Amino acid sequence: MIPAPFEYEVAESVDHAVELLTTREDAKLLAGGHSLIPLLKVRLARPGTLVDIGRVSGMVGVLDAGEHLVVGAMTTLSDLVADASVSVGCPLLATTAAQVGDPQVRHRGTIGGSLAHGDPASDLPTTLLALDAELVVRGSGGERTIAAADFFVGFFETALGPDEILTEIRVPKTGAAGTAYLKFHHRAIDWATVGVAVVVESQNGSISSARVALTNMGPAPVRASAVEAALAGADRGAVARAAEAADRGTDPPSDLQAGADYRRHIAKVLTRRALTQALS
Amino acid sequence: MATTEQPARHVGARVPRKEDPAMVTGQARYTDDLTVPGMLWVAFVRSPFAHATIKGIDTSAAKAADGVVDVFTGADLADDFAAPIVCAWPIVDDIKIPEHWPLTKDKARYAGDKVAMVVADTRAGAKDAAELVEVDYDPLPAVTDIELALADGAPILHDDLGTNLSMTWRHSEHSPVPARGKPEDVFPAADVVIKEKYRIQRAVPNAIEPRSIIVEPSPAQGEFTMWSATQIPHIVRTVLTLMTGVPEAKLRVIAPAVGGGFGSKLQVYGEEALLLVGSRKLGRALKWTEERQEAFVATTHGRDVVQEVELAADRDGTLRGVKVRIVCSMGAYMQLLTPGIPLLGAWLYGGAYESDAYDLEINGVFTNTTPTDAYRGAGRPEATYCIERAMDALARELDMDPAELRRKNFVPADAFPNHTIVSGLIVDSGDYHASLDRLLEALDYEGLRAEQKARRERGDNRLLGIGLSTYLEMCGLAPSRVAGAIKLVCGLWEAAQVRVMPTGTVQVMVGVTATGQGHATTFSQLVADQLGVEIDDVEIIAGDTKQMALGMDTYGSRSLAVGGIALHLAGEKVVAKARAIAANALECAEDDLEYDTGTFTVKGTDKTMHVKEAAFAAWTAHALPDGMEPGLEATHVYDPPNFSWPAGAHGCVVSVDTETGEVDIERYVAVDDCGVVVNPAVVEGQVQGGVAQGIAEALYEEAVYDEEGNLSNGSMTSYLVPTAAEIPPIETHHTVTPSPTNPLGVKGIGEAGTIASPPAVINAVIDALSGLGVTDVQRPATPQNVWRAIEEARQ
Repeated sequence: MIPAPFEYEVAESVDHAVELLTTREDAKLLAGGHSLIPLLKVRLARPGTLVDIGRVSGMVGVLDAGEHLVVGAMTTLSDLVADASVSVGCPLLATTAAQVGDPQVRHRGTIGGSLAHGDPASDLPTTLLALDAELVVRGSGGERTIAAADFFVGFFETALGPDEILTEIRVPKTGAAGTAYLKFHHRAIDWATVGVAVVVESQNGSISSARVALTNMGPAPVRASAVEAALAGADRGAVARAAEAADRGTDPPSDLQAGADYRRHIAKVLTRRALTQALS
Repeated sequence: MATTEQPARHVGARVPRKEDPAMVTGQARYTDDLTVPGMLWVAFVRSPFAHATIKGIDTSAAKAADGVVDVFTGADLADDFAAPIVCAWPIVDDIKIPEHWPLTKDKARYAGDKVAMVVADTRAGAKDAAELVEVDYDPLPAVTDIELALADGAPILHDDLGTNLSMTWRHSEHSPVPARGKPEDVFPAADVVIKEKYRIQRAVPNAIEPRSIIVEPSPAQGEFTMWSATQIPHIVRTVLTLMTGVPEAKLRVIAPAVGGGFGSKLQVYGEEALLLVGSRKLGRALKWTEERQEAFVATTHGRDVVQEVELAADRDGTLRGVKVRIVCSMGAYMQLLTPGIPLLGAWLYGGAYESDAYDLEINGVFTNTTPTDAYRGAGRPEATYCIERAMDALARELDMDPAELRRKNFVPADAFPNHTIVSGLIVDSGDYHASLDRLLEALDYEGLRAEQKARRERGDNRLLGIGLSTYLEMCGLAPSRVAGAIKLVCGLWEAAQVRVMPTGTVQVMVGVTATGQGHATTFSQLVADQLGVEIDDVEIIAGDTKQMALGMDTYGSRSLAVGGIALHLAGEKVVAKARAIAANALECAEDDLEYDTGTFTVKGTDKTMHVKEAAFAAWTAHALPDGMEPGLEATHVYDPPNFSWPAGAHGCVVSVDTETGEVDIERYVAVDDCGVVVNPAVVEGQVQGGVAQGIAEALYEEAVYDEEGNLSNGSMTSYLVPTAAEIPPIETHHTVTPSPTNPLGVKGIGEAGTIASPPAVINAVIDALSGLGVTDVQRPATPQNVWRAIEEARQ
């Protein structure tokens, strides 16, 4: 309820935010606050300075760039759900965002904050991994682009440097591919016990490619490569058997929500159901 | 429907709750909304260890911090207390009750045990300084599991007691009323005996308003005013007087708007005593508001019981005997009623059924956990869970329909009034067949069984389960003589005062304090009908020991069944006095007056006088009968002659995903008999809230301790309180058998939902999976626990 004392600065621009991150000790970015503030309240996070990027212009909204969408990092999840170019160009992003938290969280929480937090139980990282998205970050050394597969490094750990800000996400459009994000959780507002995002391209019942990514089956979101390999070039009848390999190569945690064995079982069931849904 | 002599106008009507506008617009003032001039803030240093010797406490850095006024340890306050924290229910003579000081001195015995108290000029300053208190802990092995706590070599919490077993209470030995028969005379010859073991997990009550306390001293007068988020301001006052020596006459306790309690505020907490003592020491007003995460460890928990039950029956399903042994966690210390909580169910493990023999053994055990105490239903949900699970197990054993087995064994309606049940208590009224029949009809029970069969036959991986739970509970606590006979230190009467003001509005003082139940509306309905005034002309005053000095407060579904009766009888005294005034004014004999909803009429004439006019006459006192005191008011203190006995039948219909273990409640139907219903909307609200809380216990909530004794899920993220998204629509129905014990025929409804629903839900889950061989599922029936039950059955 009562955070430890901290300094508070309002960043006026991305460069200003980078400068504050560079010069202040233990500086931490405040975006929507829906991951950070709960940690502050119980003093698990004790930053020296909070750098509020809520008033930086140009970081909100979705731009249709033809082959892909450019999503500003400060776009809220509810804006993603409601955005017309997202529902047309990449509906998976909208359906994933719609399953995060509750309406209050989605109205305040941002896509950038969610990705930068690196929570293994978070939904959007998995979907961006399945979508082969790219993340654009800026720091004192300038701007760079990181593939989603390289961004999520470990347990609450990303490729972001201490002075870097995630500014935008480039999300390839999914075109005619079938997609689904299924989240297994106990209460509607809970984090995913397991989640699965699938992007399947198929024609006349024959699967040309399948991308499958899993939530909370390891310290970071992970691609279910064995499933993908089993489905490439297969017909849809192969789904059930392929899904049995969903947990291969994963390292699911055992925690209060679920044991690792249960997570492995759920990953298989969920993968089968998500692929079936995406193909229907 | 009402048993009162005049036709009801408001009783029985769906009157909108008077208290809601202030609550929903934010105008209701809770303790944390209040500020007292010059007030300081308190923060507590709590042990991070479940079990540790305290070798030393260094408060110097905290005392030196900016804005810190003082820091106290247990040793610092040793001379400020006249007595330790009070346990008011030593249920057996040889019970072991450890000394329990508001700040522990020698050892921390649970993670959250209070070690020091910091007083500072701001809330944040107090919290920051609390981190600067250096406590030298020497950690000890901890035990949090009740069965392990009784094992050889288990860590002992209270060295001077030498054991973790606080007490053993046996019905056969300690009940003031004998059971109908002894199990040893019945079980050996029984056709069928089933043995079951159930575990009821620990729950965190989680009232929406955390606790909050302000104490303002008036040093010149030696007086103190305390605002506290409590269900029991009167008991708080008396107990704090015993603990601190502040004279009762100098201590005023106010419970302003209180945001739920569910038993967790049926308590006198160390924090209350500490703020009182601290304000006396410093001569300053002090405030403390519990943080949510703090509340998870600092406010009492509920349940945490292991039950072993045996039922004996004939082959045709006739129940012959009930034998139960339970082990209950007390937590690390005894709070106000801790050992008595299982006793509140001790006569109810036989359910609403007849049988020949009954015995129950209760064992109370200390563990390195937050103390337990009342949680909505207190003892009765445990009893109901046990017998209702066991009845389903017996039905499976006998291959009988569970509804049929229940019907066969119910106490029949014609046994009433005043039937002595197998455990020896006298139940005043009920019709259990009627409730069950109503439930089965509302469910379309036969249709559901057909659907269940069809799903099984087509190999559906979403299986249907139908769970039944019938219950009998004792509430309306309670006859004071009975309370005394089972060693509760206080009586359980209730008081009310009714005052008709000169202009005809009515001031009503009641001893029961609301925490959201709708007392003001319900009581206003009673008064409006009784005295012939409008609902809005009735002012309900409660929760302030200075405005209403008498009261035993709110718990055990007693507000209407005890407090409401006190109010009704006080109102009758007012009517009697008004009658004398009216007879005098209308120049007739009192017997010549007819009374109907506020108006006295001289029989056979059109001469009338209203209670309001009598009140004005009583105020002017110009022409009162000789010797009559001016004023129209009366007080009544009511001690109920018996408990009240609500009963009912709940049904839950679930779909269970056999692949994932997910349970989806398709329907929930509640049929409750709480006697006469004063306000159907209020009653429905109580049932719905209670059922939601019971579904939470069945499917979602569990306080989990790790091996070191830390509460692993002490936050709203990890402790799964269900939200509106999880709770299905709850269909409510009623049967009415008026209580013959009280003049309003009411019984109480505050806890029924929480009592009835957990076994209905769990029985439904097991019913769905019984074809797979599942006979038990660990509570809460999370998807993982259900999946594991299926996997185990398959092996």
